[in-house]
Amino acid sequence: MDKKIKKKTLRLDRIPVGERLPLERVEDFREVPLGYTLDQAKDEADRCLNCKKRPCKRGCPVGIDCGGFVDRVSTGDIRGAVKLVKEKNLLPAITGRVCPQSDQCEGPCLVGKKGASVGIGNLERFVADWERKHGEVLPDKAPPTGMSVGIVGSGPSGLTVAADLIQLGHGVTIYEALHEAGGVLIYGIPEFRLPKAIVAEQIDGLRRLGVEIKLNQIIGKTLTVDEMLEMHDAVFIGVGAGAPIFMDIPGENLIGVYSANEYLTRSNLMRAYSFPEWDTPMFLGKRIAVIGGGNVAMDSARTALRLGTDEVALIYRRSQEEMPSRDEEIRHAEEEGLKFELLKSPTRIIGNGSGRVTSIELISMELGEPDASGRRRPIPVAGSEQILEVDTVIMAIGQQPNPMITATTPGLQTDKRGYIVVDKETMATTKAGVYAGGDIAGFGASVILAMGDGRKAATAIQDYLVSGNPL
Amino acid sequence: MPEIVEKEVLTPQIVRLKVIAPDIAKKRRPGQFVILRVDERGERIPLTIVDSDPREGTVTIVFQVVGKTTHMLSQLERGDKILDFAGPLGKPTEIEQFGTVVVVGGGIGTAVAYPIAKGMKAVGNRVFSIVGARSKDLLVLEHEVAAVSDEIVVTTDDGSYKRPGLVTEPLKEYLDRGDVDQVIAIGPVPMMFAVSELTRAYGVKTLVSLNPIMVDGTGMCGACRVAVGGKTRFACVDGPEFDGHKVDFKDLTMRLTAYREHEKQSYNQYLEYHGDK
Ligand SMILES: Cc1cc2nc3c(=O)[nH]c(=O)nc-3n(C[C@H](O)[C@H](O)[C@H](O)COP(=O)(O)OP(=O)(O)OC[C@H]3O[C@@H](n4cnc5c(N)ncnc54)[C@H](O)[C@@H]3O)c2cc1C
Ligand SMILES: Cc1cc2nc3c(=O)[nH]c(=O)nc-3n(C[C@H](O)[C@H](O)[C@H](O)COP(=O)(O)OP(=O)(O)OC[C@H]3O[C@@H](n4cnc5c(N)ncnc54)[C@H](O)[C@@H]3O)c2cc1C
Ligand code: SF4
Ligand code: SF4
Ligand code: FES
Repeated sequence: MDKKIKKKTLRLDRIPVGERLPLERVEDFREVPLGYTLDQAKDEADRCLNCKKRPCKRGCPVGIDCGGFVDRVSTGDIRGAVKLVKEKNLLPAITGRVCPQSDQCEGPCLVGKKGASVGIGNLERFVADWERKHGEVLPDKAPPTGMSVGIVGSGPSGLTVAADLIQLGHGVTIYEALHEAGGVLIYGIPEFRLPKAIVAEQIDGLRRLGVEIKLNQIIGKTLTVDEMLEMHDAVFIGVGAGAPIFMDIPGENLIGVYSANEYLTRSNLMRAYSFPEWDTPMFLGKRIAVIGGGNVAMDSARTALRLGTDEVALIYRRSQEEMPSRDEEIRHAEEEGLKFELLKSPTRIIGNGSGRVTSIELISMELGEPDASGRRRPIPVAGSEQILEVDTVIMAIGQQPNPMITATTPGLQTDKRGYIVVDKETMATTKAGVYAGGDIAGFGASVILAMGDGRKAATAIQDYLVSGNPL
Repeated sequence: MPEIVEKEVLTPQIVRLKVIAPDIAKKRRPGQFVILRVDERGERIPLTIVDSDPREGTVTIVFQVVGKTTHMLSQLERGDKILDFAGPLGKPTEIEQFGTVVVVGGGIGTAVAYPIAKGMKAVGNRVFSIVGARSKDLLVLEHEVAAVSDEIVVTTDDGSYKRPGLVTEPLKEYLDRGDVDQVIAIGPVPMMFAVSELTRAYGVKTLVSLNPIMVDGTGMCGACRVAVGGKTRFACVDGPEFDGHKVDFKDLTMRLTAYREHEKQSYNQYLEYHGDK
């Protein structure tokens, strides 16, 4: 065993992070966790055994030396910690808040074998917030190369490519379809989990470095990828997988049925919660059913709770263990009064004469053999139909690729589900000079994976620009 | 931000704006639309591109004031800028040489129908146009449509101008003549429904342009979903034009009422504050 481990006494419990009280926080959209103070952070960091093998580093999709930065926190070298994190991850204020840490960096942490793993996510958030307060460490910029790169989409993958390439001296232009930059970070993940000001700061930082962001540019419509290639030396596609999936059950077009995308877009991007001061309306139903069990479902449900809904029920066809959402989100939602209707699935939505939702019919499920995803497959129980009275239904059962770009770009190969085919190492597509990453590349759907893709693509694009040949 | 270079008040309720938007002007085909936002807190609304001039880099929109956003847009003047202006969205109309095409425009729908009539004429179709409105002061683009049509019939429901009655009457006369290859009908939902029912009996292919509520206009939210031939389609990316014989108009009518109360509240509050103009 490692010597250091022996020297340190193992402290099994985490330093708890301050959180706003459930009854208070459901009244507004402000952030729920308060974050560590410097003393708390040092204290928590001190629980790290600084073990040599660093399983935490392997758990992080972009390979952050977690033990290393945590060690610097424990000695009070916060600036040093920031530097170490930022070697691998440019947007730690975001990932510290939204990464599914228990499945990633914190999952294999050695301390976690005996007690609670080191709170790497909270510490990452702490160092990032410290940097925001104490002045950003602006990276050095290489002299201009005269080359330029066009990026489609301003989500985490596109932002990462932009940040990496602008530092190398290339011109960078981001084309974003919506009227605000940030992708899912702006229109999907709500304020109480990821304050918009943080995303805006990161984007302003990129602008200060010289990245140009063109809004209201729908690639495939306003411009095509081929036209972008005439204006730029390379193109990166980071458009996410933004098309909503519906269940194809009766009643889905009734008034009061939303895709989670629509519900969250109205609330986050269009600020419908401030209607009529902001112009976009949405229903503030009294009883809401949210279908799904991932982050998107949890965000929709917790948004509904904050909009003053009397009762919000989450309908999920497996059990709580299988829920793909972050653990913290499930706990927060439960504290805020979300009702879990587990092992149930909707069969139809019922409306009244004017087409408004009045209830939803559910069927109970039991879990059978594990399916391809390794999770036990839910099987409907015959005759177990039941009616739940609701006036709003939010479908949060997943997204699929939007064909707008792939359908207008000859030579860009997609797989049979519509994801862009890329080389796993370079993120190069089948079209010369065009790279893709993030949700549209289909290797998984998380902020840090999108950023990881972006970093790989930026490295490959740099090689391509310098050598003139694709890798 | 796109600047307004021309403004014309066509009727007390209907305004035409010409806007500088070179990228959109270059790309746009008949049948496509833009999504715009007038101010920081504004709603995103879709409006058809009525005309474009790629050489001068402009596009033209024509809209009727029906609520807060269109009202605010109507208050902008030459030289003002529109905050957000994105497009061209939607699928272009399939323009081919079909033979004889009857284009039916009802109310503000004529603004949407005009570019299609123009496109159909340009490729050599015989174009008969029927332009209808509830009354004379809601009639728009009569002369523009006439200029691209072989024949034009103008109707008003109340008989205040030209032929009294509904657009379906002259349409029936054309259909009875027996040489109509395609009908395109754009206007209020009940009109498009009536036209589709009429042409169904004659077996004449009929396109309608649907106007469901939209948010992003890029296929991301599903607000614009419509039932066509028993399937759910997104009007912003799969449309806005669909086969009128397959559209579930009842579903569309229902979905259009979704925010009636909100819309009234928003508009009334705006009018109260800014004074009814
Ligand atoms: C509600 C919600 C909650 C989530 N919670 C978490 C979480 O807690 N933790 C986590 O790790 N992940 C979470 N995710 C997943 C994560 O947000 C995504 O995996 C990630 O944002 C994908 O990044 P991306 O770079 O692929 O692009 P996206 O963030 O999807 O952004 C793509 C951008 O491209 C733009 N675009 C699309 N088409 C075009 C076009 N044709 N032209 C121009 N621009 C275009 C879009 O408007 C958008 O701005 C959540 C997702 C959602 C929806
Ligand atoms: C593809 C398409 C093309 C269109 N082209 C034209 C056009 O060329 N000229 C024109 O005058 N109108 C057009 N419309 C309708 C126009 O978008 C609405 O009149 C406008 O959104 C009303 O906004 P408002 O705030 O002024 O009124 P509101 O008070 O918001 O609404 C008044 C009416 O407009 C409808 N509406 C409201 N919001 C939307 C929305 N986001 N999208 C669609 N409809 C909505 C409502 O059903 C309601 O009946 C088009 C609609 C679509 C979908
Ligand atoms: S980026 Fe995410 S997974 Fe990696 S260390 Fe930070 S919080 Fe953990
Ligand atoms: S695995 Fe845990 S204890 Fe070991 S270095 Fe990483 S954070 Fe510290
Ligand atoms: S308007 Fe959002 S999908 Fe059509």
